[in-house]
Amino acid sequence: MKNANNNQSRRSFLKVTSLTGGGMMIGFSWFANLIPNEAIAAATDKMDWVELTGFIKITPDNQVKIFNPNPEFGTNVMTSLPMMVNEELEADWSKVIVEMGDYDTPRFKSQFTGGSRAMAMAWKPLRTAGATARLLLMQAASNEWGVPMSELTVFKGVVMHKASNKSANYGALATAASKLPKPEKVELKKNADFTLLGTPQKNKVGKEIVGGESLFTLDYKMEGMLIAMVIHPPAFGMQLKSFDATEALKMPGIKAVFDFQVYKDGYAKAGFDTRAFNKLIAVVGNSTWEVMNARKKVVAQWEPIQDTKEMVMARGGKREEIIPAGLESTENHLRLMHEMQKKPTRVARKDGDPETAFKNATKVLERTYTAPFLAHNPMEPISCVAHITDEKAFFVAPIQIPEMMKQNIVSNLDIKPEQIEMKLARMGGGFGRRAYGHYIVEAGHISKRVKAPVKLIYTREDDLTNGIYRPTYIMTYKAAIDKDNNVTAIHVIGGGIPESPLHENRFPAGVFDNYLAESWDMPSNITIGAYRAPRSNFNASAEQSFLDELAETVGKDPLDFRIEMLKKAKANPVGKNNDYNADRFIAVLELLKEKSNWGSTASKNAKRGVSAYFCHASYAAHVVDVTMKNGQPYVEKVVTAMDCGFVVNPEGAKNMVEGAVVDGIGNALYGELILEKGATVQKNLNNYRIIRHREAPKKIDVHFVQNNIDPTGLGEPPFPPVFAAVANALYKATGKRLYNQPYLKELGKV
Amino acid sequence: MAKFQLKVNGKPLQVEADPSTPLLWVLRDHLNLVGTKFGCGVGACGACTVHLNGRAMRSCQLPVSAVGTQAVTTIEGIVGTEKEMHPVQKAWLELDVAQCGYCQTGQIMSAVALLKSNPNPTEAEIESAMTGNICRCGTYLRIKAAIQQAAKSSKK
Repeated sequence: MKNANNNQSRRSFLKVTSLTGGGMMIGFSWFANLIPNEAIAAATDKMDWVELTGFIKITPDNQVKIFNPNPEFGTNVMTSLPMMVNEELEADWSKVIVEMGDYDTPRFKSQFTGGSRAMAMAWKPLRTAGATARLLLMQAASNEWGVPMSELTVFKGVVMHKASNKSANYGALATAASKLPKPEKVELKKNADFTLLGTPQKNKVGKEIVGGESLFTLDYKMEGMLIAMVIHPPAFGMQLKSFDATEALKMPGIKAVFDFQVYKDGYAKAGFDTRAFNKLIAVVGNSTWEVMNARKKVVAQWEPIQDTKEMVMARGGKREEIIPAGLESTENHLRLMHEMQKKPTRVARKDGDPETAFKNATKVLERTYTAPFLAHNPMEPISCVAHITDEKAFFVAPIQIPEMMKQNIVSNLDIKPEQIEMKLARMGGGFGRRAYGHYIVEAGHISKRVKAPVKLIYTREDDLTNGIYRPTYIMTYKAAIDKDNNVTAIHVIGGGIPESPLHENRFPAGVFDNYLAESWDMPSNITIGAYRAPRSNFNASAEQSFLDELAETVGKDPLDFRIEMLKKAKANPVGKNNDYNADRFIAVLELLKEKSNWGSTASKNAKRGVSAYFCHASYAAHVVDVTMKNGQPYVEKVVTAMDCGFVVNPEGAKNMVEGAVVDGIGNALYGELILEKGATVQKNLNNYRIIRHREAPKKIDVHFVQNNIDPTGLGEPPFPPVFAAVANALYKATGKRLYNQPYLKELGKV
Repeated sequence: MAKFQLKVNGKPLQVEADPSTPLLWVLRDHLNLVGTKFGCGVGACGACTVHLNGRAMRSCQLPVSAVGTQAVTTIEGIVGTEKEMHPVQKAWLELDVAQCGYCQTGQIMSAVALLKSNPNPTEAEIESAMTGNICRCGTYLRIKAAIQQAAKSSKK
């Protein structure tokens, strides 16, 4: 876990490049090298980088480098987090070099991409790092010139003393600054004084991306590196019995075929250690195509699993978990979920006397919603480079939270924590999939066995069939309505396989005197994990579809009905643990109402749906317009209102919201992973449907509530409310309420 | 194993590979041109798009033995002039299109081929030409806008 030796790795990569290169390498970039060409990269290797505060390095000839601590999978932290540092550092942003930090969580304090937490976690530490470095540089100037700090000014990386007409750039001051004691107190700017934060800034890695430079794990090469692939059981509920590699080993370029166990017997899995199968066959060879072909020649025998005990680390220590035997199917899951909804469950929250309210109701509205398993399908298939030697364990890993993999690597690969050296590659998407780094351990086992650097590659089929998925869920909402059309009670039951989606303290909890929330889950051998706004992504679809239908039932405008409920919760909150701020929620809906011209005649005639949700500390609301295109319902336009606190980089933020909206529309209309006899029916992108160009809206208008609240996340919050906005608009367009995702299937349009 | 003479980004190159090896893996593994991406291996996502004689082609579906004398162009070879980026790449930067960035080289290759055959495409023509390129991050609106901008800038 020591700071990796960038230069050495970079040189070995350069060497490989020049050996095999033959095309036009218009640039060169491997983490450190967000620099225009090889010559400069080589030159900077020789320079002395002076480190200030762990996040900043400066050369004597005034190159300023800012480290991004957080793994990047497309939320643009490579730009937004260094912006935070530079706001206070005040170097020349246009010339700042941004570099992905290696895995070194003690140095960076936090390296966590997930849960939409990057902005909030970085907000003070990164600005403090920038401000500290600026103070040190100013102190160095003050010492050298014998003038008080208070007379110094800083502009674009130059410290100036007006009275004596002296100036020096950061490069000239860096060495002296690095030897000074850190200031005890650092003051941060007020938001009103920001010059960089809050302004739209382009992606710092944009050129490298459009140039196709080597950025991703799959692009990484090392001398002597072999390619590895794995073979896993053909279905959940199956395991390896035996295999014959005779033919595979005869194939050209093949070095080894062997089986291996990913986690040791009795290893207690922590939250991000999920993996589908523990015994895999590895095929290792010289090139990807050779390994792909040899893999087909391995003859494997599989057998059904018995109920299997596994140890898991949970809050409160180790406990046993039973992985049930059997070949599961979507059909069976749906039947079981509907049955479970009728059985007694765990009461998660109860306010007032819902039983009496339902008994006395004039009308009861009850609706049940379901959603299927989903696969993350990040565009870059799963991969990891590993080189395990006696001295160290080197990885290039696309991993969202590297620290969470440490114990797993240490325990299952018999490596000391200090031997781990991990480069955090840019990830070709994640959506939660790359929080689960079993592939790092798999690559490690294979490298140990073949005693060489290896790149483990999953094909798309491997990830889709051997995956970690969004669970399948069900939720029933029930409302008691009195003779005056007042809602007197809400009852919600949420369940899923193998996890419940319920968030019992979310809106509309807190609104109604009588409220009951119940929850259940059922074990499964299908492996699941976080998927963009876990649980919320389904919760929101059920809750916001139901509230829409409830508004119609009691004769109210759906958007006004939500505001009215929130005002009630604000004036008179029921219960103590409501996890939303009614004021901010209302403000988002008011902004949406204004920007979408909700209530205008044109709006009333449009096939529109509205939905709003709070999760991951941010508020999001959408109005969706549906038209018909080639006989299919088409989401043509979306208006979005968001409150994620102070918007760090408005350009990146807008892009993120647009993407979440498109992702939401796609999953609402098409997203579905079906299981039959324990195996996924969809095996590749030719039948697992992801939204495409012509299905994306023509327009997405994104509006942010302007405030100075510390920033919160954006990767997840705009996603969950899209589903119900689509469903509610589809209702207007087709006259049919939708309860089961994917909605196009329910509409009979697939 | 067989030897193949290829013309990649204007340069004659020799590779030794199994004749069935898809051009994608020849580019990535043998020639170290890693801007062409592996996404699905079945021609369903467009991440591996290259040009064959100027036309967009899924390199994961094309055996190296079928390339012959046809000119292969990859993302590394579409630079406009010696120092200048291609107008499509420029538009991509100006509109800050990318999120994770993985699919964008394939998107750009499809867009460049489209504008070559149809310098002034309608919205529907863009959608149709680009629909084989998946962007899992959902940057489709910016991709479309960037293509329109590149079309406009080339007209000037």
